[in-house]
Amino acid sequence: MENLNLVLPEIFISLSIMFLLVLGVFKKDSSKITFILSLFAILITAIITINETFSVSRETLFNESVVIDSLSSLMKIITLVGGFLVLVISSSYLKTFKMYNIEYPILILSSILGMMVMISSNDLIVFYMGLELQSLALYVLATYNRDQLKSSEAGLKYFVLSALSSGLLLYGCSLVYGFSGSTNFDIISNQLNSNEYVLTFGIVFILVGLAFKISAVPFHMWAPDVYEGSPTTVTLFFTMVPKIAALTVFIRFLYVPFLNLIDQWQMIIVFLSIASMIFGAVAAIGQTNIKRLIAYSSISHIGYTLAGLATVSNEGIQSSIIYISIYVVMNLALFCCLLMLRRKDQYYEDISDLSGLSKNHPMLSLCLLVILFSLAGIPPLAGFFAKFYVFIAVLEQSMYFLAIVGLLSTVVAAFYYLRIIKIIYFDKEKDKYDTDHSLWLKFSLTVSTILILLYFIFPSQLIEVVSRINII
Amino acid sequence: MNFPILSSLILLPIVGALFLFFTKDKEGNNLTAKYVALFTTVVNFLISIYLWISFDQSTSSFQFVEDRVWIEGFINYKVGVDGISILFIILTTFITPICIISVNNSVKNRLRDFLIAILIMESFMIGVFCALDLVVFYLFFEAGLIPMFLIIGIWGGARRVYSAFKFFLYTLLGSVLMLVAIISIYWITGTTDVVQLYEIGIDVKYQNLLWLAFFSSFAVKTPMWPVHTWLPDAHVEAPTAGSVLLAAILLKMAGYGFIRFSLGLFPIASEVFTPLIYTLSVIAIIFTSLIALMQEDMKKLIAYSSVAHMGFVTLGIFTLQQQGIEGSIIQMISHGLVSAALFLTVGVVYDRMHSRLISTYGGLVSVIPKYSILFMLFALASLGLPGTSGFIGEFLILMGAFKDNFLVAVIASIGVILGAAYMLWLYKRVVFGKLINEDLKKILDLNRSEYFILSCLAAPILFFGFYPDPLINTIEVSVTDLINMHDSNIASK
Repeated sequence: MENLNLVLPEIFISLSIMFLLVLGVFKKDSSKITFILSLFAILITAIITINETFSVSRETLFNESVVIDSLSSLMKIITLVGGFLVLVISSSYLKTFKMYNIEYPILILSSILGMMVMISSNDLIVFYMGLELQSLALYVLATYNRDQLKSSEAGLKYFVLSALSSGLLLYGCSLVYGFSGSTNFDIISNQLNSNEYVLTFGIVFILVGLAFKISAVPFHMWAPDVYEGSPTTVTLFFTMVPKIAALTVFIRFLYVPFLNLIDQWQMIIVFLSIASMIFGAVAAIGQTNIKRLIAYSSISHIGYTLAGLATVSNEGIQSSIIYISIYVVMNLALFCCLLMLRRKDQYYEDISDLSGLSKNHPMLSLCLLVILFSLAGIPPLAGFFAKFYVFIAVLEQSMYFLAIVGLLSTVVAAFYYLRIIKIIYFDKEKDKYDTDHSLWLKFSLTVSTILILLYFIFPSQLIEVVSRINII
Repeated sequence: MNFPILSSLILLPIVGALFLFFTKDKEGNNLTAKYVALFTTVVNFLISIYLWISFDQSTSSFQFVEDRVWIEGFINYKVGVDGISILFIILTTFITPICIISVNNSVKNRLRDFLIAILIMESFMIGVFCALDLVVFYLFFEAGLIPMFLIIGIWGGARRVYSAFKFFLYTLLGSVLMLVAIISIYWITGTTDVVQLYEIGIDVKYQNLLWLAFFSSFAVKTPMWPVHTWLPDAHVEAPTAGSVLLAAILLKMAGYGFIRFSLGLFPIASEVFTPLIYTLSVIAIIFTSLIALMQEDMKKLIAYSSVAHMGFVTLGIFTLQQQGIEGSIIQMISHGLVSAALFLTVGVVYDRMHSRLISTYGGLVSVIPKYSILFMLFALASLGLPGTSGFIGEFLILMGAFKDNFLVAVIASIGVILGAAYMLWLYKRVVFGKLINEDLKKILDLNRSEYFILSCLAAPILFFGFYPDPLINTIEVSVTDLINMHDSNIASK
């Protein structure tokens, strides 16, 4: 008999989704209660995950198609925390746009479920199932503000392009299956060591599909439009949570089934990384919409994460995970600020709307200052350490070119972050924004800013947690 | 474990800044905030003086060392001072209160925020000078960009945005290569602890590249020709207190870095690249002195003179002679005092006339004599008149240079003459001549606080000019040891 306790988080969250659906259908005006209950559901899932799986070093279930190890449990927890925070700070935004419905939390829950399946997958089919589950929920979320043209456009674009990439991925999977005769990652890993061209095609197709999901250059085209068009809280979700899951799958694919084919994928990852870092930094310079800018900045941050993966070392993987965790915190803080730019039920998302913010809202501007300098990677803020760890891992493998290109692109990136700071601090002020924000929003902003600011005092803790992850 | 005196020096300004942060910001002249900031910095100054008194001059090993685990098994938070760094710490703690007293007129809005920025800046700068771990050093070195960017950008003059960006991006660009080098050193040697690195040394085959990476950062920060162009912009647009901080302390971080890291860690590469440094320094000395001659803006003129003076400093450091290095350190301290004083004197007339153009002035001696006398003292100190601290530094540097390379020394000596030319000509045009501008007749002489801070700066300039022994005694053993270490490294190769 399998030890079902290990998948208890997934089981619990699926049951919660079904229960909430039923509740939403049979109870009138149940949006508030669904919200609260789904928050609890996520919280309990997180607790179960910590209790049941955190101490597990490596276990497999269901004919080895699901794997529970320190990587999967840590990433699940980050996913759940991210999902929880998104849900908790979206309520006032959703109310403003009359989108405070039962579907929203349920969709978020189901995409989280999909991600958890993805994270734990040790089999091509299980992986694909999880991927599609989360994607389908995300398509709907992107169009959630259905009365708005841009939102619908975003959803459609995301759907078409994502379906295309899923197709590529599936084709790649079938090629890999053809060569190895199995869908199980461990078996594939043992079988694959040939230099067949067609196998390389399979790997490339899979990597392209995954690169699309994490929006690495040159498969990033959808990101700016989708990020801009989706409702802000959904964009927040997009920039954080699916990336964590996709990154985990990326790690899993590279270091389990494709471990013996390093020569064939390492250059691809290095290229994706360099292209994302440079393109993300350069393309963000001309942006005027904050959400588009965040899209480009997230592309360049993904570039740094991939740099860690390209190193083929445990340190590299750990540094990528540290990077993505710190990035999630910075991103959350940035979106909290964005959600505070509200005046009479209208949300502002142009960079010029930040003009002179420091005069009227000194605290908000100070938070933005910390967040932006951290995103730019200036010490002693958390963002610097994220980059620092990645480059330590990169330089350990003597990949000097990657390190130097990466660091030079941080200088370019610093330019557009500075431009926002300039607009906030040096320009003329505009009208005041409303200050009656929800407590959760203020709380999330304060906590995440303090974490960013004071990370340097206790840098060891995060490393300690992450250092349990040893894939290779 | 003794009382962590260096950490308290670093932390005290931050505590002051936090305190200010939680006080209410008042419009206009916020005296409470100013007193709090002043109190913090003066206390910090007193602590650093105590540090100097209890400092043991007879040894070159690091003192007051604190060593704590910071990132498990990787980086230690390690600080300590030797004869070289202690002087820079005192310079920092001495200049900062002067900056704070001087903000009277130059900063009109958001005084509290300005003071917070200055306090944080002070803390980072002290951190730079006492860090004994490369990563800790880098952290402080880079973190200083944030407050300085804000100081220039928020409280600066008309082209402040351009200048702030230029300052930030130039220095960041220089530093990222240093970060690559620091991490590489970690992988080559297994440590980033400077003291350990001194002992084990770095493999010769890596030294040249690593040296260049450090050089790229320090050259921008010094600034050396041809990457000096951010400095005049930053200086001109920064508010007076910002210019003072920049000129007096920020520029010294690079000179200090050259001595501590480039010479200390890469002795063989330093030897290899000496011709490069000589060339750039000599060009800086001659070229920027000539540019300074042509300036019409007083602040810009002083900024270019800073580049020329820092050219002397880099020249002196890489003579790799006792006199040269000692001269460079004294020149840096002296330049810290003199350039701070010069920016403040310019600030004084700028606050009254709102013009930095030399042509606005002329004949000041007949209306504001006190000011003119002090200005003369600082101008003479800047050109290195015997009896001022500027002389000691330049003289020692040239002595070291003559020992090492005759031609370079001769050209540099011409730079001294040019330096005299632009300074005296500036003084002549501003202070002497006929009083043409009608507005100048109503100009007021120094008020009490201005008089006080300028005298505070004049006193050490004169004192160390006549009696440099306290400075030389402090640095002597450390410098001798550095040279010995360097020579033995060269010999062992």
